[in-house]
Amino acid sequence: MSESMHASMLEVSGVWKSFEGHPVLRGLDITVGHHQAVVLIGASGSGKSTLLRCINGLVSVDAGRIVLDGALDVTSFDTDMDAARRRIGIVFQSYNLFPHMSVLDNVALAPRKVLGRSKAESIDAARALLARFGLEAKADEYPDRLSGGQAQRVAIVRALAMEPELMLFDEITSALDPLLVGEVLEAVRELKETGLTLLMATHEMGFAREVADKVCFLKDGIVLEQGTPEVIFSAPEREETREFLARVLG
Amino acid sequence: MNAPSPGTEVAYVDPQRRALVRQRARRNALVGMASLIGFVIVISVIVSRTPGWPVVQETFFNGEEFVKTFPGLLSAFMLNVRIFVIAEPLILILGLLVALARTLQSPIFLPVRVIATLYVDIFRGIPTILVIFLLGFGIPALRLTGVPNGAIFWGTAALVLSYGAYVAEVFRAGIGSVHPSQQMASRSLGLSSWQTNRYVVLPQAIRNVIPPLLNDFISLQKDTALVAVLGPIEVLRQAQIDTSSSFNYTPYVGAALIFIALTIPMTRFADWVQERSSRRRRAGSDS
Repeated sequence: MSESMHASMLEVSGVWKSFEGHPVLRGLDITVGHHQAVVLIGASGSGKSTLLRCINGLVSVDAGRIVLDGALDVTSFDTDMDAARRRIGIVFQSYNLFPHMSVLDNVALAPRKVLGRSKAESIDAARALLARFGLEAKADEYPDRLSGGQAQRVAIVRALAMEPELMLFDEITSALDPLLVGEVLEAVRELKETGLTLLMATHEMGFAREVADKVCFLKDGIVLEQGTPEVIFSAPEREETREFLARVLG
Repeated sequence: MNAPSPGTEVAYVDPQRRALVRQRARRNALVGMASLIGFVIVISVIVSRTPGWPVVQETFFNGEEFVKTFPGLLSAFMLNVRIFVIAEPLILILGLLVALARTLQSPIFLPVRVIATLYVDIFRGIPTILVIFLLGFGIPALRLTGVPNGAIFWGTAALVLSYGAYVAEVFRAGIGSVHPSQQMASRSLGLSSWQTNRYVVLPQAIRNVIPPLLNDFISLQKDTALVAVLGPIEVLRQAQIDTSSSFNYTPYVGAALIFIALTIPMTRFADWVQERSSRRRRAGSDS
């Protein structure tokens, strides 16, 4: 592990982003420490997804800096983004598995093509990783034969196969049948236990409370309030946070 | 027989209902057959009663003439088959390369992009037969050394250039039909834009455009006859020669039958592929 002594895993400072003149992020700051699990909550359109996409460079920022591990500035034009993305995994709401490949090939493709692993090595590693998440029986299936929960767990395994230092989750349970949410959250819980640094946007407040080291409430493109789950869920300071929680918790 | 008790794990259909469904299907088949036969009879009667029919029958559907010319037409058709078999793979390669050239992002490839776009614009805009005329008569007239002068060569080249432009657009549409989230997922794993094209976008794009490509194949099979304007003796030219010696048009009908015999199986095959791929896409629409 090459952790810089004082740097955070992720340092987002003053990030602005607008789409066609409509501002989505308005000078947002956020810090994620090594091995921390940070949860983003907030209404749809508060900027959670956009922030995650900016962090792994799928969307370029209008202003501000996003620094990985104190050294790699993702927003710099000089950064090799393909190299940066190897260190940052992301899982999307809609799984986005490759439909023309088996589950095994979905997982083994990037390690083979990007990390230059041999075919045998990447396949063995993919099988082992699938087994760890209870998916060994699905290795040779195609994505259209999977349930939503299985597909999302495969997507997590696929991102994990690149051995990222930071994992981003973009509302990974929002598209799922409620009965299937549990198995996906179980997979995230397992990642948290291995000490992987996590940044996740979610509407699962119970889960956020359980796994988060820090909860950030986003509104109109900034972090309006942040703190431990105990503070945010039980005694939030801001009226807006209270209102949001009252609405989602019913 | 009584229905099994509710919840039993069998597929149960009421036998009376099943009998009714079968009966109805039989009746539908009979009505359809009767209607088709009646229609054919009515059309035959109307056509055979038109005043010109005896003459038309003599000049277009002359059995004797047909037997005499058909073997010659068949052997001339082998040239159409040869043109088709050579042109088709070249069209696929050219089309795919042009489609890919148009997706290149880097500014250094601007000339490549411009040339590819111009090529498609120009060759899609010119009627195929005109391209055949221009290349087939124009280029040999330049008297370039080391360039083949054959009519078959330039006729085939014209078909390749004309169809290549269409097929490039088919491939481009196929690339566009792959959802952007697939590219996003691929790039987020660290795959480069070239690797994303190669392993994620193109395999899906090509699968999506197989049905329209088959359509273009069928069209190309017919258009091999256009090469006739340059003089090579393929099936249409042969039919022309036959008719001008006997003043009987039956060879044209013979040539038409040969094309139909080839294109109908191709069309059914294309339908089948289309049906299968749309069924599969429906099944996998969630992923």
